[in-house]
Amino acid sequence: MAYISYYLLTSALLFSIGLGIVVTKRNIIMVLMGIELMLNAVNLNLVAFSKNDPSLQGQLFAIFVIVVAASEVVVGLSIVLKAYEHFKTVNLDEISELKK
Amino acid sequence: MIQLVFIAFALLSVVSALVVLLTNNVLYAAFSLLVTFLGMAGLYVIVGADFLGVAQILVYIGGILVLLIFGVMLTNQKGTKSQGRNDILTENTNRVIGLVVAAGMFGLLYFVFSKGHFAEVQASLFTDTPLKATTQTIGLQLMTDFVLPFEVSGVLLMAALLGAAYLSTKQK
Repeated sequence: MAYISYYLLTSALLFSIGLGIVVTKRNIIMVLMGIELMLNAVNLNLVAFSKNDPSLQGQLFAIFVIVVAASEVVVGLSIVLKAYEHFKTVNLDEISELKK
Repeated sequence: MIQLVFIAFALLSVVSALVVLLTNNVLYAAFSLLVTFLGMAGLYVIVGADFLGVAQILVYIGGILVLLIFGVMLTNQKGTKSQGRNDILTENTNRVIGLVVAAGMFGLLYFVFSKGHFAEVQASLFTDTPLKATTQTIGLQLMTDFVLPFEVSGVLLMAALLGAAYLSTKQK
């Protein structure tokens, strides 16, 4: 079974869906969800390629991607809370200036 | 049998990702993202990454999604409470551009993946071995070959913790 082609297809689908979410949705939290989905799609490829690899380099890379994604979402959410406190909205189109 | 399980998990993650794309309710999107991550954890386990599957469930479902739902709750300003419901809705723009960009990206990725012969390359790199637990290998690798990225990610996590704590304090 050429399993890897199906993994590549699944991850391509998930990556495109994540990109569509990032482009269309205007709620900051939905955009963060789209970014998480794209990072996960990339992880799926890394894990699929590291099958049968005795040194598991792809899986280790995926672990570091998970770490970076976790810290990204933490900092992103605290920035979102700060922006909400200032602008009273989470619509990205209405947050268009750096300071008031 | 394993093909059926793979198809089930792949369909689960793709369909619930589509739900995230198509729904306007932020909370529904968060919960269907949870199902997506569960399906991807299943896909990891099928391909032999048991530790990573569990880490996916712990980090994404236990951590990141809870954080996202907290974010939804803390930034909920104008729900639809007056109509007897309390949905938190998101607005959509650039529907056409989004569709074009996403379809174009999928077409590009599909083209590359179909032309690339990745399956043959991967099969020629590694011989088929029976699946076994990966936790020991991952621990050994983290402490030997990958010790520098391991330490750097510790510093990164601490920087993220301090940065988030600093950003979310109220300062006048």
